[in-house]
Amino acid sequence: MPKQPLLQFTGKSIYCAVADVHIDPWIPVGRAIITHAHSDHARWGSRHYLAHKDSEPILRLRLGQDIDLQTVQYGEKFMINGVKFSLHPAGHIIGSAQVRVEYQGEVWVASGDYKLEDDHFATPFEPVKCNVFITESTFGLPIYKWQPQQQVMSEIDDWWALNRADGKASVLMGYSLGKMQRILKNIQLQDPVIYAHGAIYTVNERLREAGFDLPELTLVTRETDRKLFKGALVLAPPSADGTTWIRKFAPYSVGYCSGWMALRGAKNRRAVDQGFVLSDHVDWPDLNRAVKETGAEKVYVTHGYTSIYARWLNENGIEAAEVNTMYGNEDENEEEETVQDAAAGQDAYQEHKQALDGAINADKEGFEL
Amino acid sequence: MKQFADLFMNLDRTNKTNAKVDLLKNYFLNAPDNDKLWALTLFTGRRPSFKVNRTQVKEWAAEEAGIPMWLFQESYHSVGDLGETISLLLPRTSLGGSDKSLAEWFHYLGMLPGMTDEEKRDHIMQAWMQLSQHETFVFNKLLMGSFRIGVSQTLVVRALAEATETDSNVIAHRVMGQWDPLGTTFEQLILDKGENDNASRPYPFFLAYPIEGDVADLGEAGDWFAEWKWDGIRSQIIYRGNELFIWTRGEELSTEKFPELHFLGNVLPEGTVLDGEIVTYTDGRPMPFNVLQTRIGRKNLSKKVLEEAPVAFLAYDMLEANGVDIRGLTQEQRRTELEALHANVPAQNYFNLSPLIDFKDWQTLRDLHPQSRENIAEGFMIKRKASTYQVGRKKGDWWKWKIDPLSVDAVLIYAQKGSGRRAELFTDYTFAVWGDDGKLVPFAKAYSGLTDAEIGQVDYFIKRNVLEKFGPVRTVKPELVFEIGFEGINESTRHKSGIAVRFPRILRWRKDKKAEEADSLRSLREILGNYK
Repeated sequence: MPKQPLLQFTGKSIYCAVADVHIDPWIPVGRAIITHAHSDHARWGSRHYLAHKDSEPILRLRLGQDIDLQTVQYGEKFMINGVKFSLHPAGHIIGSAQVRVEYQGEVWVASGDYKLEDDHFATPFEPVKCNVFITESTFGLPIYKWQPQQQVMSEIDDWWALNRADGKASVLMGYSLGKMQRILKNIQLQDPVIYAHGAIYTVNERLREAGFDLPELTLVTRETDRKLFKGALVLAPPSADGTTWIRKFAPYSVGYCSGWMALRGAKNRRAVDQGFVLSDHVDWPDLNRAVKETGAEKVYVTHGYTSIYARWLNENGIEAAEVNTMYGNEDENEEEETVQDAAAGQDAYQEHKQALDGAINADKEGFEL
Repeated sequence: MKQFADLFMNLDRTNKTNAKVDLLKNYFLNAPDNDKLWALTLFTGRRPSFKVNRTQVKEWAAEEAGIPMWLFQESYHSVGDLGETISLLLPRTSLGGSDKSLAEWFHYLGMLPGMTDEEKRDHIMQAWMQLSQHETFVFNKLLMGSFRIGVSQTLVVRALAEATETDSNVIAHRVMGQWDPLGTTFEQLILDKGENDNASRPYPFFLAYPIEGDVADLGEAGDWFAEWKWDGIRSQIIYRGNELFIWTRGEELSTEKFPELHFLGNVLPEGTVLDGEIVTYTDGRPMPFNVLQTRIGRKNLSKKVLEEAPVAFLAYDMLEANGVDIRGLTQEQRRTELEALHANVPAQNYFNLSPLIDFKDWQTLRDLHPQSRENIAEGFMIKRKASTYQVGRKKGDWWKWKIDPLSVDAVLIYAQKGSGRRAELFTDYTFAVWGDDGKLVPFAKAYSGLTDAEIGQVDYFIKRNVLEKFGPVRTVKPELVFEIGFEGINESTRHKSGIAVRFPRILRWRKDKKAEEADSLRSLREILGNYK
């Protein structure tokens, strides 16, 4: 009988049968290891969670204060049913991790989302040697080549300075988790007061409470005097675009931070004044470098340009296959999706509850390592 | 080049008309005259061909980027624009950009046609190496691209008029017609105060606005003319200096395509310009547009085509009489001039007046409107009797009152990514109706008609419901139903459905309908039967 693979793509998670552990499941399960706290990877309703300790504040914020969550440090090894696990920095956002899984001498790494460049907030990516590597391919086309972070940050600095001189507000959009902290750590803070939309303010506060070194933000409320926005920097999630909320900053300029801004089409579709090409995913050169550095003989390509990237690897002597997952939807409607996900997750949970109860009862040990 | 590349990127980035005009105006005020002329050449669709083969250019770029051709193609599908794809794929050696002016780059490109393939390759590669990413993109546009950045001729004219402090109608006229950037200068073309010697130069077309609300809102019926809105090719016929010129609205000189109308060169008085519609015409009445379609785009008009699809000119306006621009006269006065002219031309089949519809009140028109299709018309044109002939699409004096499109409910079955503004989104759809065997038969492709929010939702659905991939095309789970409108319908041997529809577009998303409830081929055939 052929040996079953150490990790399997079951259509609901990346699953380790020997350990009975799911990585980033998209339906409620018994034991879930979460690579990072973005809504397409960290979903509601599982019985036990395990993640890196830096993911904890946001996981509890998004999935519920009372979830059963165990945290570990990078490199800390733990055994489940004889399978050796450890988490390693993925450099994507705060707390993001690659999951290393070792059993009977074979090593698999599920990398979640990652980037190689040090963003001065998330722990920088570390390559992990393995036999089988599971990689994203969000920007897995040779058209995507990022400029060094410092260059993009100085573009943002210049844009803000110009708007300040013109007496305009600078409304800067990007994902509330990851992108915004990266920006705050790398731009010049031209004004001690920085305004933020509730979604970004909340994430920032949670991280500050947890002891992370981030500047304090000022929440924009109904009562905030509009005159104060003149020349100010306002941080907003992409979902704020086109809402009445944004009009209160007039006159303003909108900047949008995303890897998709590399393409004219995407930039024009958003109709923003300024697109900043800034991504927390690997670009094409770094993707290839990362895959190479793992030394993996087999690569599974999850979300993104899966079939294209798998073909490229196969043609370049690395056996690769594409896998369908539900990852990669941490898209422009991030904030709405979080809400929808929670609602959908709760429905799904009710549906699965009875079936699960049996399984969960049999699985009393959870992540007691 | 940097100045022009910046202009291009800034124009591309904004969708605000005033901002675009300001950018163009600034450019026309500050750029060297030579560059201005070339910019104008590009913005008015007059880019010369440099005899390069796009396939070869793709191969050179892929080679330089170190990727196989299939990966180049995939990248192209994602970006949706060839020039941009290449600019993103090339290894970036130059960040600074080039000192050459736009005119100098055109001169550089002008050397290409005489070169061997090998020389062309080196010539183009050398340019790529000197240019920054944005400049490479713009250079590629000069080399082989189309300039679709939402800058209409009207906008360019407005900006030029403001920059040169000249009346915009005068500028509009000066940039029309045939001119070659190599044979003229900016000074001569735009600033020349003297008579222009370009006999072929047409006037800018006056375009109608679709009527909003009820026709009675236009006021007193007696102040208006009404005509059928003919479904043909909008054209200007010019007779000056003993020569006949036929211009179509796309600003193409198409004199050779309509030999039936050449006799006008013998009968029109010197200095005449007429505005009207070229339609296929037989037995004293127009034929449906698809008959005209059989001869559009043909290089050789065979005897058979000329017999089966003869054209006539239906005149409805007169812009120049005896060499004098009469666009400032009222519609009514111009109509009188036109009728007088027509009365003096020997009667024959190929030159007719578009008749005025006799109506006492708006109700008469409302009653007649449903007969549009029987009259091979798309509805009515309603023109204010007191109006002058204006430039471009202006609200207020010329209105079009179109008939409702034909429509069926169809299922989305294939999708492809869009380009330009919609690259990375699935926006190009193929729709199907139920065939006689209970299978879905594709019958139309449609792009427009959805809001950006709806496009986002459809895109979201498609990305999660792909069944198969064929190159850039995705087979999608047949689930979403849309009402597809079209202007005309005909039998077709080239389509699997046996039916071809004209101008299909999405009218609305029928979220209330399931795929099973979509229409069938039989309903399309019924429409066809009624339409004939």
